Amino acid sequence: MLRQDYVLLFALALAGTAGAETLRVQVQSGQVRGTPSFLGGVVATVGYGQAVEVVSEQGPWRQVRTLDGRAGWMHESALSAKRVKMQAGGTAKTGATSDELALAGKGFNKDVEAQFKAAHAEADFTWVDKMASMKAAEAEVERFVKEGGLALPGGAQ
Amino acid sequence: MRRVLMLASGLWLCAVALIPTGCSTVAQVGTMAGQAAGVITAEQAESINRTAAAVEKTYQDITPEQEYYIGRSVAATVLGSYKPYDAPALNRYLNELGQTLALYSDRPETFGGYHFLALETEEVNAFAAPGGLILVSRGLLRCCRSEDELAAVLAHEVGHVQNGHGLRAIKKGRLTSALTILAVEAGKNVAGADLAEVVQAFEGSVTDITSTLVNSGYSRAYENEADAAAVRILARAGYDPRALLELLGAMKPILAADARGFAKTHPSPETRIQHVGGLLGPSRAVPAPAARQRRFDAATACLR
Repeated sequence: MLRQDYVLLFALALAGTAGAETLRVQVQSGQVRGTPSFLGGVVATVGYGQAVEVVSEQGPWRQVRTLDGRAGWMHESALSAKRVKMQAGGTAKTGATSDELALAGKGFNKDVEAQFKAAHAEADFTWVDKMASMKAAEAEVERFVKEGGLALPGGAQ
Repeated sequence: MRRVLMLASGLWLCAVALIPTGCSTVAQVGTMAGQAAGVITAEQAESINRTAAAVEKTYQDITPEQEYYIGRSVAATVLGSYKPYDAPALNRYLNELGQTLALYSDRPETFGGYHFLALETEEVNAFAAPGGLILVSRGLLRCCRSEDELAAVLAHEVGHVQNGHGLRAIKKGRLTSALTILAVEAGKNVAGADLAEVVQAFEGSVTDITSTLVNSGYSRAYENEADAAAVRILARAGYDPRALLELLGAMKPILAADARGFAKTHPSPETRIQHVGGLLGPSRAVPAPAARQRRFDAATACLR
């Protein structure tokens, strides 16, 4: 290989590193899908605050690579450019660990909710939890869309 | 040396983060530089950060996780005064329709996702708690004559969530006191007086939002935004956006006879019809497949 080729390779590698954007998952369970569509099948999930590297874009979809090397598509609304506050033990390379996510969530969290609940006996968290479990699976959404003659979701908007 | 390097890389991260989101304040970057240079102590830096942060907090500083917890308590509070309507087939249908609609919104994904539940009351009402917990009254559901009209109701509520209207109802001072502690103390265990202050701010935030949803209502501007979002969602999904107009027309006599709920918290149907009419393009008949009306009739049979 010629010397220029090495230089070129190095420059390309450098450009690739500089151009890659790192975003953080801002939902409880970040869904990585096989295609840029809500009906694209979930191939991996990434937790809140975890970093993903953006490889390319298509409309509201980001093609991402997770830190453990899995690849797929995430919707932009699940991602944030905000930095998660780094805690002792966490590094920029590995992202925050699960402990650190709990720390990042200090403030309005489970403990605060528990205190609120204790002070407000009339508030109905039982039904809030029931609501939270009501979730149409991807196959059900697909059936609902097709049966109702609706447009396929998650394409170019 | 290692510490200097870490500080330097921290500075770089902050500078990068500042460009798109403004997540760190100029003061924070400045105090980090000041500490690195040994000009100010860590305590002084914290004090400066706290003061600077206190000025800058807005609803946009609420993280999606915090929004989720606020929303849960808002929904729990509303459910404390409005009984849920325990009709499994109807609630399953509301979630299928609502969660599908959310996919066509500008914010399909929230921390905990969108979830829908019917309320037993006959008053015409709906509540969207931050993060996507959406409650719809029997009275409002009974106004709907088709899936397209029901989709208009749910899409309007998704519009409130997507635009963060609930969070924007939190009084400024309250956010500042809580988020300032969180911004500065995020790396530590919040305890004692600080924890009490956070809990107090949390309760206050929940009260601000709940009383806006139940009593005072949003501004006309927010309702217009939610109606505009609904029109976009309906069109993207393949529903007829005119269904929103038809529904508002059907609500008119009902709201005239019942001063509770929407009659109290929303602009009049006439005002909304005028606004929505201006958003719609030329009439375009969208024939709904028979299966759409059939499943609507089946799921809402319990209301009639």
